[in-house]
Amino acid sequence: MLEYRVEIALWAISGIIPFFMLNIWTNNNLNESINISDVLLSRYFLCAFFVRQFSVVWVVFSFEEDSLMGKVSPYLIQPLNPFFRYFAQHLAEQITRLPFALIIAFFFFIFNQESIWIPNLGILLLSIVSTFFSFFIQFLMQSIVACLCFWTEKASSIERLLFIPTLFLSGLLAPVVSFPEYVKSWIYFTPFPYLIDFPANLLSGNETNISGGLSMQILWIFLLFPLFKKIWSEGTKKYTAMGS
Amino acid sequence: MVQNIIDVRNLSKSFDISSKEPGLKGTIKHFFRRQTKSLKIIKDISFEIKEGEIVGFLGANGAGKTTILKMLCGLIYPSEGSILVSGYLPFRRKENFLKNITLIMGQKQQLIWDLPPIESFYLNASIYDLDKFEAKKRIKKLSEMLEIDEELFIPVRKLSLGQRMKSELLAALIHEPNILFLDEPTLGLDINAQRNLRKFLLKYNKETNATICLTSHYMKDITSLCKRVICVHEGEISYDGKLDLLLKKLSPVKEILIVCRSEEDAIKLENYGFTVKNKTKNEITLKIENNSITSSLKTILNNFDIEDLFINEPPIDEVIGKVLIKKDYDI
Repeated sequence: MLEYRVEIALWAISGIIPFFMLNIWTNNNLNESINISDVLLSRYFLCAFFVRQFSVVWVVFSFEEDSLMGKVSPYLIQPLNPFFRYFAQHLAEQITRLPFALIIAFFFFIFNQESIWIPNLGILLLSIVSTFFSFFIQFLMQSIVACLCFWTEKASSIERLLFIPTLFLSGLLAPVVSFPEYVKSWIYFTPFPYLIDFPANLLSGNETNISGGLSMQILWIFLLFPLFKKIWSEGTKKYTAMGS
Repeated sequence: MVQNIIDVRNLSKSFDISSKEPGLKGTIKHFFRRQTKSLKIIKDISFEIKEGEIVGFLGANGAGKTTILKMLCGLIYPSEGSILVSGYLPFRRKENFLKNITLIMGQKQQLIWDLPPIESFYLNASIYDLDKFEAKKRIKKLSEMLEIDEELFIPVRKLSLGQRMKSELLAALIHEPNILFLDEPTLGLDINAQRNLRKFLLKYNKETNATICLTSHYMKDITSLCKRVICVHEGEISYDGKLDLLLKKLSPVKEILIVCRSEEDAIKLENYGFTVKNKTKNEITLKIENNSITSSLKTILNNFDIEDLFINEPPIDEVIGKVLIKKDYDI
């Protein structure tokens, strides 16, 4: 079982992009231009790391593989939508990631002792809810793309198109507040800032519109869920049970 | 009167298939102007299956038998015609319908690879709304029937193919379905494992009166399990009826090898009026029609000095093979 533990640890470590970004920001004093202190910026990127750890989604790859290998067929004749399985798999892996994420946070605080803070219980709970919503939005977005497997064999290639805006607009590489004004004028109408930036700002204690952010997350869930149901129902009619 | 549990009327299924010429030119052409054509895999077939029947679907590779099973269990959408299984339209995949059926495809596994099978069984039990007590009872019963009690706690990846297949079967039967769709269930199994699986299926059918639809390229599966067969040839049904009748019709003669005490007797027998297949010294092989076997043997035993005789059935694969390559069989 050692290899599985190492795999989970490596997955956790592979999500350390926010720490690289923090390094770039602080070494170049970029935070001064957006009036965020070093401490708040450190906390933001640590929280971005945590949010990313517990909201990362890979359902499109799992579904594509299962669909090409003919594994979806037995799932389809069970009285449970196969996406529940993937959903449960994601939640299970998030739980196993927690200890590794905490170890990384521990080392982060050793080197950034001034960034240590304890969020109040209410904020912590809201952040957990918001991170779950972020995960759910990403899960729905990727599930919609995954359903394209019913029409094309390479839905993961289409997912790459989704990955680019997620990477640049979610707040993983930079807080959304640092974006140019013309980007900020439309970005909040998209789901992307609610994936990392909003939950990370909430947890780190940065100024943010809590009710507005949570409402937008819920709105996106309500928009994406019926879309997923529709594309699922149309897609299963096209299913050819390839590979089985 | 036994009711029809499966009713298929004028069923057809077409697939869009794309084709590409070889080489770079073909690839570029395919990229800009993809050529697809609609291929009718199943052509206007109709049949009924009664509750408790075990029916074998026979056909060459690509004949369409697996496609029929996939449509019967609701996995794929029919292009034309109607299917009623247990009173449901399968492709709508209603919960009550799905709780009544199962599909087992040889070597396609639903067990969780890194965990012992018992974990997958409990997961399936939850999916089918079985409480823990009932699930435990059924796992015990089925694992005893399948003789896999010890393997339940070993990770799936460490099980042999036969043990895995039995575990697959248990996972697929935990909800005690009334209709089983089995697509080559003995594929890749050794002779003993095949025999055990067949024994289990017969026992399951006897105990639960479950209907079983089966495809297999192993004739032993068909002859041991199915009284009725449906032969599919290029998407059409070429024969639907009793297996016995098919075999009698397709092989009306038996071969009888007779060992005579002397070469003279063998020569006498050769010229007696029977159809001779071949003769070597004092051994002679005759071809005798099924309906005159008894009288012919009486004549031979009364008139010739016989040392030994053997009655050979023609190989079943050879007989069935005839049906698979011919469209219409007048039975």
